[in-house]
Amino acid sequence: MIHQSSSSSRGLWIQTTATVALLGVALALVFFYAPLEAEQGFLQKIFYVHVPLAIVSLCAFVVGGLFAVQQLRTRSASWDMRSCVTIDLGLAFAVAALVCGSIWAKGSWGHWWVWNEPTLVSFLIIILLYAVYRPLRRSIDDPERQARFASVFAVIGAIFVPANFIAVRASSAYLHPRVLGASSQLPGEMALTFLVSLAAIALLFCTFYRFEMGARRARVALRALRRNANRREQAAAAAMARTATEPGA
Amino acid sequence: MITAIAPALPLHTAGKYVAAAYIVLLLLVVVYAAVLGVRVAGMQREIAALADAEEQEDQ
Repeated sequence: MIHQSSSSSRGLWIQTTATVALLGVALALVFFYAPLEAEQGFLQKIFYVHVPLAIVSLCAFVVGGLFAVQQLRTRSASWDMRSCVTIDLGLAFAVAALVCGSIWAKGSWGHWWVWNEPTLVSFLIIILLYAVYRPLRRSIDDPERQARFASVFAVIGAIFVPANFIAVRASSAYLHPRVLGASSQLPGEMALTFLVSLAAIALLFCTFYRFEMGARRARVALRALRRNANRREQAAAAAMARTATEPGA
Repeated sequence: MITAIAPALPLHTAGKYVAAAYIVLLLLVVVYAAVLGVRVAGMQREIAALADAEEQEDQ
């Protein structure tokens, strides 16, 4: 057990180091390798942080739904924890993507937010949808019911996210640029920089995921230890009380 | 349409927007590390309290 824990923590430190290194490489490529875009110039550099954050967050919601399916099949608390962690982190990444996008919109369009833009509004709807996930969990005390309800929510959300994405892509009237896809004209240097940035943000997500899972598992183990300690304390107190009331004590 | 007619912002104007966007990413990392640090410190305190309680029980 101790050996397994030490090799897992070594693996986590290697992954953390790889994440920092890849983020460094991605930043170097963004600012020193990728050419300036003809229309937007330096402002387009936001693309390399905004789009990967959005992609990783949407993928996280789908993966959270897949973990939730496993939870519903097996009734295992471990799958519920995985689903919950993935969705929590996905929401944090989605909010960061939204803020970055808003900053880009201000620089590019002169507005922080455009309400008649389907891409922006649909992304906000997804964030608001997943913002309900935590309050839903907290509103249910029974752990099994909580896990079941949260899993159903996560599965429905995971179906909604790609459906929503496809609907928005099919939309004809938009301001938001369509850089990725069949009609993409991204030059090689920009495409490489984008892929490295995407890998770095995805790795950052995976590293956060492992830290978060470790912290939540430790908290569960600690709760079990505390329960055992309380039980031992109560048993000791009961034994002392019995000794004190015994005749001739 | 707006993007098509908007000229590229000069570096001194675009720079602050780009910096702000990358600061958001930095904040994501720093805030998460801080939250995790606080939680780990809390767990360490609880472990120490449990260890103390066990030691007293043994005595």
